Amino acid sequence: MKIMPYGDRAVLAEFEDLESTIAAYASMEDSKPSGVLGLVPAARTVLVSVDPERIGLRALVDWINSLEVGTAAYADSKEVTIPIRYDGADLEEVAKILDRSTDSLIDWHLKTDWVCAFIGFAPGFAYLAGGGLSVPRLETSRPEVPRGSVALAGEFCGIYPRNSPGGWRIIGTTEAELWDGELESPALITPRTRVKFEAVSR
Amino acid sequence: MKALRVINPGALTLVQDRGRSGATAFGVGRSGAMDRAAMALANRLVGNPKDAAGLEILLGGVEFEALGDLWIAVTGSWGLLKVDDLPAEPNTAIRLNAGSRLKLPVTEHGLRFYLAIRGGVDLPPILGSRSRDTLAMIGPDPLRAGDELPIGISSIDPIPVVDLVPVNIPDAGTRQIEVRPGPRRGWFGPENWSKFFEAEWVVSQRSDRRGIRIDGPILGRVKDEELLSEGMLPGAIQVSPDGVPTILGVDHPVTGGYPVIAVVTDPSLDALAQVRPGQVIKFRLATGR
Repeated sequence: MKIMPYGDRAVLAEFEDLESTIAAYASMEDSKPSGVLGLVPAARTVLVSVDPERIGLRALVDWINSLEVGTAAYADSKEVTIPIRYDGADLEEVAKILDRSTDSLIDWHLKTDWVCAFIGFAPGFAYLAGGGLSVPRLETSRPEVPRGSVALAGEFCGIYPRNSPGGWRIIGTTEAELWDGELESPALITPRTRVKFEAVSR
Repeated sequence: MKALRVINPGALTLVQDRGRSGATAFGVGRSGAMDRAAMALANRLVGNPKDAAGLEILLGGVEFEALGDLWIAVTGSWGLLKVDDLPAEPNTAIRLNAGSRLKLPVTEHGLRFYLAIRGGVDLPPILGSRSRDTLAMIGPDPLRAGDELPIGISSIDPIPVVDLVPVNIPDAGTRQIEVRPGPRRGWFGPENWSKFFEAEWVVSQRSDRRGIRIDGPILGRVKDEELLSEGMLPGAIQVSPDGVPTILGVDHPVTGGYPVIAVVTDPSLDALAQVRPGQVIKFRLATGR
């Protein structure tokens, strides 16, 4: 692990791989002292920000160094089932990249126990990990990806919560409401949520 | 219930407070007033708690009508205020009688006015804040003519007895902006690090609450890798692959894929909220803790 400076009120902790990042985030989340305001987990890093009047940056670094990583269970009890139609424009191309049939690709996607590693890119855009396969992004991003598109990029599966530009490879579509700004808890999926996909016919 | 009626909302008037903390797990950043010191001062002048919601008024040119007797204060940007066509002072509490009209001119210095109303704008909070986040698109919609904003009763203190708070007019010249090193400073090497501090940067027209683009020398990289997305904060200075820096604003994306060379301190981030497109800024390294 490497800890890097991030201005007056934060540090960035960087880890070897996604697994150790996720594990560290879980132990931070479970033991964070008061004064730690925000944790932003990502693929290899966790950004930790504080209220500088309640905890200093040196004490923050000491706390991060003292974490016992790997003991906390990552996935929490919340499980969400996402209905999906495998009708994405890139489904066949993704199968080709992974050297599989589309049926075996769909089977892999349905059988995987996905877990939300972090939220990024846009409000409610969950990075789901656990698939163990990796797909490159599109060479050129699409100017508009429709809301509800289920897509793959790198080691992650994601669902577009609203229409937006995007470079992930689209394998399917869901009707699930991922983001409702009117709700007190607006995101359906948050870090540590377990996610299963369920195929629906058109 | 008391209310403030919007006669003319100007270019962009938003409900803002101190912003959200702890909503990053939903992919939502801090948001809140861009010039937090100005918003805090306005709230203090009318006896509001620190987290009361007021209005952030981009460029001015707005008009409101008091529905009920109200106490208000205007801070931040600079221009000649008028109450029922008579001049009124900024940076002090002003009494508006029911039916009175408050006019803010197009700003002469700075960029954003802040208007606090005693009792605060009482709209339902989302994720613990009444702030409009222009990236996440949550919180109260931008104001439109005819809107009536309900005013709460959350003020706790009496109106403080101050004639006038000494406040500097936002400076039109070169602004010094303090930064601390960012996590990916090493990606740029010593030469670009020096260039970053020596250059005079011009604030671009393409600047808003999400980010402030600045034009100047190209900051090349010594490390040519793709960065996996990582956490971002207001004030983080991201450098895109073409070498152009952007200072993230309060409505920033929670994660980003460009390396952060430096991070603006909180007081300087407030100052940046008042810097106009075309104005020059220079960076200097913050010292001490």
